[in-house]
Amino acid sequence: MAYFLQQLINGVTLGMIYGLIAIGYTMVYGIIGMINFAHGEIYMIGAFIAVIAFGVIGVLGISFVPLALLIVLIVTMVFTAAYGWTLERVAYRPLRDAPRLAPLISAIGMSFFLTNYVAIVQGARVKPLQPVIRGDFIVYDDGVFSVHLTYVQMLIWTLTLVLMAVFAYLIGRTAFGRAQRCVQQDRVMAGLVGIDVDRTIAATFVIGAALASVAGMMVALYYGVVDFFMGFLAGIKAFTAAVLGGIGSLPGAILGGLLLGLVESLWSAYFSIEYKDVAAFSILVLVLIFRPTGLLGRPEVEKV
Amino acid sequence: MTESLLTVEGVHAHYGHIAALKGVDLTVRRGEIVALIGANGAGKSTLLMTVCGRPRASGGRIQFDGEDITRLPTFEIVRRGIVQAPEGRRIFPRLTVLENLQVGATPAEAAHFEQDLERVYALFPVLAERRRQRGGTLSGGEQQMLAIARALMARPRLLLLDEPSLGLAPLMIQQIFRVIADINAQGMTVLLVEQNAYHALKLASRAYVLAAGKVILSGGGAELLADPQVRAAYLEGGQPTAKPVG
Ligand SMILES: Nc1ncnc2c1ncn2[C@@H]1O[C@H](COP(=O)(O)OP(=O)(O)O)[C@@H](O)[C@H]1O
Ligand SMILES: [Mg+2]
Repeated sequence: MAYFLQQLINGVTLGMIYGLIAIGYTMVYGIIGMINFAHGEIYMIGAFIAVIAFGVIGVLGISFVPLALLIVLIVTMVFTAAYGWTLERVAYRPLRDAPRLAPLISAIGMSFFLTNYVAIVQGARVKPLQPVIRGDFIVYDDGVFSVHLTYVQMLIWTLTLVLMAVFAYLIGRTAFGRAQRCVQQDRVMAGLVGIDVDRTIAATFVIGAALASVAGMMVALYYGVVDFFMGFLAGIKAFTAAVLGGIGSLPGAILGGLLLGLVESLWSAYFSIEYKDVAAFSILVLVLIFRPTGLLGRPEVEKV
Repeated sequence: MTESLLTVEGVHAHYGHIAALKGVDLTVRRGEIVALIGANGAGKSTLLMTVCGRPRASGGRIQFDGEDITRLPTFEIVRRGIVQAPEGRRIFPRLTVLENLQVGATPAEAAHFEQDLERVYALFPVLAERRRQRGGTLSGGEQQMLAIARALMARPRLLLLDEPSLGLAPLMIQQIFRVIADINAQGMTVLLVEQNAYHALKLASRAYVLAAGKVILSGGGAELLADPQVRAAYLEGGQPTAKPVG
């Protein structure tokens, strides 16, 4: 029982990280109908920027942890968002009206480019991050096994929930969110009501990148290491989460992320850690057989 | 004669290699209702869309209130006051009625919003009742009202209407045309595309007839209504009210 509870805590933590990355996939798909294959690399860049920012903070001697976290969070989001914006501008916007395959190839190219760019600039070895937050508290103890919730996990949960709330408000209640949904539903008509479609698409990349960068920062804090290749598997996992939840659906991205995190964590705990990825992808295959649009996806009937 | 608000000069437009407009000239003066009629595929919708920059004119010039807008991006054209209720209504199906009206108000100043909302609700009371409903769940007639209301929320200086009566019941058609006449009486300039040529010509101060991407005829609304060529091509048959006048 206690052991199971511990796996749940770990799985939810992992799931939130996947969910934050998955939002970027699903938003970009929703608005331009394309899988941004370089999104995993954006997350990886976010993790690197966070590690570098923590280093700079250390040199500056800022030792008050909440302040350090806040500064790193902002720096990471801003710089990674700039990468997201540039990516759209350079690799996708010029191909906006090209056949569907062209931006896809461009995306894969950008993914390789960013991976190698970081490998060259930052080195191909793993980069450690000194623990910033230590400690945990014991949630439950049955005498044999004690369930820990680390402070880093608590930070991940809090940050994720806050970001999701802000994000839900942004999309659901603000003029920008309405414009974003208009461009998703009918890009031509969005222009006809006076929405700057290009700017709205760029903003979508910026937001997706900012959320992924927070995931990157959290992973750096959680595992204490980053490397230039970390975007690959995390990207595929988050993409899986987005498809699992229903690509294009925002609640679906979060649900898919949590499910995937839980499956991975429970599978590793009870069966074999080597096959956790196989388990994760098998779930995807099963869901797609029975619900081709994913758990919360809409069938594409309204598309003209 | 009042000065012209919209001037279309020798405008060409293409879809890929297909030419849809082949040198169209047209003007709309302040305060007018100008009707644009023509058979299916003549290029009427293309002309309205080209005025809004989609597709972009491949030749010729479009001026709005003295400014050349031929090369402006669509949202800039709209923000200058050319607002369209397009063919097929194009309501945002997963936005509520209220949200559709909110996005319609994108080019207008936020300070006017509540007042404008009251105004369109007064014109179309059914929209007020359905404000929380998703656009995609409305009936055809309600969607058409929403499309016009959404356009009005932008405070247009020139309103483009593309077949507002298409697919509607006769009673609904009457209501839509009454609203068009009303808002024009309050000073709105309107360019109206219609396959319902009789109603359109009755309402219009001037009209153009488009065929195969070219203007083949133009003149006063009443004048075209009496024109034997127009009668034969666009009025006779389907219009019970279109009795011979001359
Ligand atoms: N999106 C499009 N792609 C290609 N051809 C089009 C498109 N829209 C219209 N056309 C063609 O352009 C011509 C004019 O169409 P349209 O402007 O819709 O005419 P109307 O509104 O007068 O019925 C037609 O031949 C039509 O087939
Ligand atoms: Mg048409």
